[in-house]
Amino acid sequence: MQPILQIEHLSKEYLLTRDSFEQSGMRAGLARKWAALRRLGASNFPDENSEDHFWALKDVSFNVNEGDVVGIIGRNGAGKSTLLKIVSRITDPTEGRVVVRARMASLLEVGTGFHPELTGRENIFLNGAILGMRKAEIVAQFDEIVAFAELEKFLDTPVKHYSSGMHVRLGFAVAAHLNREILIVDEVLAVGDMAFQKKCLGKMSEVSRVGRTVLFVSHNMAAVENLCRHGIVLNGGKVVFVGTAKEAVLDYLGRVSGSRDSTGNVIDLTTASDRRFARVPLLKRMEFYTDDNRPLANDLQIGARLQVRIHFDLPELIDDFNVGLGFDNSYGQRVFTAQSQFQPGRIPQVRVGPQIYTCDIPSLTLTPGEYSLRVWLEINDAEADLINDAMRIRIIESDYYGTGKVPWNGAFVLKHRWLNQSANYPAKGS
Amino acid sequence: MPSSFEVTIRPHRGWQPIDLREIWLYRELLAFLVWRDIKIRYRQTLLGALWAVLQPLIAMLIFTFIFNRLAGVKSDGPPYPLFALAGLAPWTFFSTAVSQSSNSLVSNQQLVSKIYFPRVFIPLGSVGALLLDLGLSLVLLALLMVHYRWPVSLTVLWLPVFIVAAVLATSGVGLILSAFNVSFRDVKYAVPFLIQMGIFVTPVIYPIRYIPGSWRILMGLNPMAGVVLGFRYAILGTASPWPVMGLSLAVSVLLFVSGLLIFRRMERRFADII
Repeated sequence: MQPILQIEHLSKEYLLTRDSFEQSGMRAGLARKWAALRRLGASNFPDENSEDHFWALKDVSFNVNEGDVVGIIGRNGAGKSTLLKIVSRITDPTEGRVVVRARMASLLEVGTGFHPELTGRENIFLNGAILGMRKAEIVAQFDEIVAFAELEKFLDTPVKHYSSGMHVRLGFAVAAHLNREILIVDEVLAVGDMAFQKKCLGKMSEVSRVGRTVLFVSHNMAAVENLCRHGIVLNGGKVVFVGTAKEAVLDYLGRVSGSRDSTGNVIDLTTASDRRFARVPLLKRMEFYTDDNRPLANDLQIGARLQVRIHFDLPELIDDFNVGLGFDNSYGQRVFTAQSQFQPGRIPQVRVGPQIYTCDIPSLTLTPGEYSLRVWLEINDAEADLINDAMRIRIIESDYYGTGKVPWNGAFVLKHRWLNQSANYPAKGS
Repeated sequence: MPSSFEVTIRPHRGWQPIDLREIWLYRELLAFLVWRDIKIRYRQTLLGALWAVLQPLIAMLIFTFIFNRLAGVKSDGPPYPLFALAGLAPWTFFSTAVSQSSNSLVSNQQLVSKIYFPRVFIPLGSVGALLLDLGLSLVLLALLMVHYRWPVSLTVLWLPVFIVAAVLATSGVGLILSAFNVSFRDVKYAVPFLIQMGIFVTPVIYPIRYIPGSWRILMGLNPMAGVVLGFRYAILGTASPWPVMGLSLAVSVLLFVSGLLIFRRMERRFADII
């Protein structure tokens, strides 16, 4: 069977200069024509000035089969938006081609073409038509669209009086009822309130179960893992990974954390600034690792493993010492403290010289945000060396509960269950 | 199941033919865009659609006073107010439609950069929406004819031809200017000036016989000259030179076709530079 969407050697080149005269290529064109007139030869005016040109996409090829749901992930500037714009036919590729073998709709923005002066009702029709729906299709689904948006009461209010949340709800409601074989969805779920985002995610997974083909770009890794079967990672305009959605997310996270620099997971503590010590600095360095012993430089998904390897010196023979690690959230509140003295069954041993202690947290269940780490060493119950803000770890969203619903509230996540016992209590009534 | 529907997206270079099949597929959207423009044009105004009639009416009154009474410009038969309004109706349509459509792509940036549909619909929609205003000013003209007891002749059957010519000329200019406006916002400043000057090279306030005979045919290069002459010929039955009108009609068609082609050539860069 032929793939429903076939992307072949796609490249897109942009001119970096912001001057529209340059941008349109007009200046270079005129310069060349002028040169030709003066018989100087066009080659004297090179318009292929390499620093002015930028390849947003370079030789991207992949296929999407019917019914497949593919997540496209990558950092900002990786080429995701450019790719979607080309596939949506908004802009031409510079090289290569895309073959689309079904009717397609793209949703690069919620509520494209909404006019603030028009009412909700009028905008449903306008937006539907802009997305490519026939009037008859819109009429047939009108009630469903209104119900999904939960805006029955505001149908005849001009959209300019809507809150941004209502705006998004209306826009997504129209888009969600698009009856197309291929749906292209950009980072549209990043807007709107959480409850509605979840409803949209629900609708999206419904869409994919119906057998529709979906190309989905998101920064929400939980959504990608949960909704998509396959994942493609873009980096610097190139496809760097193709696989299952889960593998793609892992690959992406590996790239993100490896991106600071190759040794970003190793912190040299000898140069730490915010430090106080009793006699001499004893803490030497820290190393960070996550699942499968992968080095970790920055981002960690909710619930992922965190291993912190702490190198320090003991100046003399000591049997009573304690290594501590504190996690402070961005408000400066301590959310969690790990200490080596909490290790059960620990037998105090007399030690001296360089030591390596590893704190292994099998699942760090803090909610998304940035956490600052404090590390310290106590000797004989007295503070010997302490470093504030030794490292910052960012916890990023993940599908911790396995439901596609991203935890965001509170300080941490915990495995928990919900039980329904209402059947035991007969309803009160007359 | 995917239908036999298949689209190949690839780089386009140079001149491209106009994709009539696609325009036909999206025809409902053009109707929606026209409807939108009509809906929002006079929203939150006190006088509403009355503005469509007020503009040519007030211009007609001022022109009659200044050019007819003060400067002594004579019409070529009908009372000067009728003569002026018959010219002002298509001219107001042209000037308003050109200034709105030339700005239409820029003011609909969001549509251009976030969704695909035949982009020609954006300037064409602005032009289409103003046809309603043209209709209203023709109604005003009809009322004025009743007032002056000026008869309608059979030549009125020609009116649709000149309305089409007006639409073609206006769309042609609108398409070209809107496309250039994406790259060069100079258009925004040039258009009001061009329209202001345009009324002097179009026989709106003076009859064409004021132009020396040997120069008259040059008027035909201005598509709106033929339209204005044609409106007077069709509605008021005044004698109008066919060579000039014929040339204007040809120029209108040419302008429209080249407008479409130029727009098509430039449209693939719109999303990148708008």
